[in-house]
Amino acid sequence: MSSLSALGQRLLQLIPVLIGISLVSFLLVQLSPGDPVRLLLGDRATAEAVAHLREQYGLNQPLIAQYFSYLSNVLHGDLGHSIRYQMPVGSLILDFVPPTLFLIAYVVAISVPATVVLAIVSARCRDRWPDHLIRALAILGMTIPVFWLALMMSRFFGVELGWFPVSGYGKGFLEHLHHLFLPAISTATWLVPLLLRNLRAALINETESDYVTASRSKGLGEGYIFRRHVLVNSVLPTLNLLGVMIAFLIGSSIVVEIIYAVPGLGTLMVGAVLGRDYNVIQGLTLFYALASVIVTLTIDILSTTIDPRVKL
Amino acid sequence: MISLSSASARRHFGPGAIEIAAGTAIILTWVVLAVAAPLFSGADPNGIDLIGLLQPPSADHFFGTDHLGRDVFSRVLHAARIDIWMGIAGVIPPLLIGATIGLISGYAGGVIDAVMMRMVDITVAFPFFVLVIAIVGMLGPGLYNYFVALALVGWVSYARLVRAEVLVLKNREFVTAAQALGYGPIVVMVRHILPNTFSSLLVFATTDAVLVLLAGASLGFLGLGVQPPTPEWGAMIADGQPYVVDAWWICFFPGLAATTLGFGFILTSDGLSRVLGR
Repeated sequence: MSSLSALGQRLLQLIPVLIGISLVSFLLVQLSPGDPVRLLLGDRATAEAVAHLREQYGLNQPLIAQYFSYLSNVLHGDLGHSIRYQMPVGSLILDFVPPTLFLIAYVVAISVPATVVLAIVSARCRDRWPDHLIRALAILGMTIPVFWLALMMSRFFGVELGWFPVSGYGKGFLEHLHHLFLPAISTATWLVPLLLRNLRAALINETESDYVTASRSKGLGEGYIFRRHVLVNSVLPTLNLLGVMIAFLIGSSIVVEIIYAVPGLGTLMVGAVLGRDYNVIQGLTLFYALASVIVTLTIDILSTTIDPRVKL
Repeated sequence: MISLSSASARRHFGPGAIEIAAGTAIILTWVVLAVAAPLFSGADPNGIDLIGLLQPPSADHFFGTDHLGRDVFSRVLHAARIDIWMGIAGVIPPLLIGATIGLISGYAGGVIDAVMMRMVDITVAFPFFVLVIAIVGMLGPGLYNYFVALALVGWVSYARLVRAEVLVLKNREFVTAAQALGYGPIVVMVRHILPNTFSSLLVFATTDAVLVLLAGASLGFLGLGVQPPTPEWGAMIADGQPYVVDAWWICFFPGLAATTLGFGFILTSDGLSRVLGR
């Protein structure tokens, strides 16, 4: 019961954040220098037509009234209309979600096992050559521009060797796996180092704690202590970082999607930015923020399930 | 005990110093290459040569030529001017804004702190790159709009960092002593607390420079950052993308340049954090 009420509390705390998110995405459009109506109607529109449309869209009302009508539209699932695609932004976004979702799940599925293995090797061989090698490679992975790596890999593995398709998404699960392999690997090259450095630090930190010394004095084997005590205690900080990183990943997958022509949210976002499709930019930004709030919330709930000491 | 502490000192200080030295050497090399670009390459970075286009690397053109016959080596060096400046200048506004907010928020506490931390919660709810692209998309492409976007989005990490430090520092004796001597809140914050956050800020800012550099190059690649014909690594990679199969060098070298510069920054940051014990 108490955990349920804690969850309720946590959800209540989300309300101001959600209001803030809607406010930011509303104000975002106000940043654009041009008149949105002019953009819609073109330069040669008559003054009457412009005035009529302003009236129709409620653009003559004060900003605060405009915000409330925006909020009410969003709550009714109406994110506006895309000028470029001539369809509602909401259903447009839902059309582009699957490839991005698949890509992110793929990246996580590759990154987590790789991170755990490399971090354990690095921590157990601390300050010896495997550790130095892994850490140097990790720094390299963090600094390689993801889009450049993606481009180079698509040229080498896609065009030169012909192992993987260089664009698109394919049909069916296996084709998705095949098409998105290079995009997923290039993104994981950047994600693994970040998680790895964190998990390694957590592992080393735990190795130096009192309960490990106590276990050693009881005569337990190093391998046993590592598996049963150190590893378990290092999971939580890394899980939290993974949550932050998934939210970050949603953003950084944008450029990779462009390189491999994956028909996902990133492609939609860049197309909207280049085509000045303001409603799509606004709707997507809101969608991205909600998605990352949900990810963070899920990770928080998972953390309390794993370690009851953690409070929501 | 003595041998133990000297061993730990060597472990903590020695490698850190080496990393700082190597990292700053890489950064300084790039700064020299950028500043003295015309000395290292006689070719005009924007000089079009329609006869000698898409030439592979040779003694005349170390990194080959691009689709307009421009010398890629010269362009990579000249682009370093923009990219290094972008990495360093892009970090400063978020740092100043974030540090100020974090300092006030942590020291004042109460309602001010609550309001500012809600602002932080709201800003971090948006994925970093998404919000940057959205803001640049609304304001229009260009380096200065990227800086505006960074200032609006990037302050959050600095505010959190400084606030966390201030919460610990404000209960220390030297702060109580300064307050007891009758110094006002501004003097205590700026003269006594702020200097103690510099080392954490420095470590974080060095890592952040890489993020700013890579995000800026990504924007350049998407055509939303530095506008042509100004050479910039991300934009150069975009220029070379249609020719990547036959003329790999147009894309390859700018990316390599960005990687090495970023490597220098992360190495420096890692070394600093080891030496400063952060």
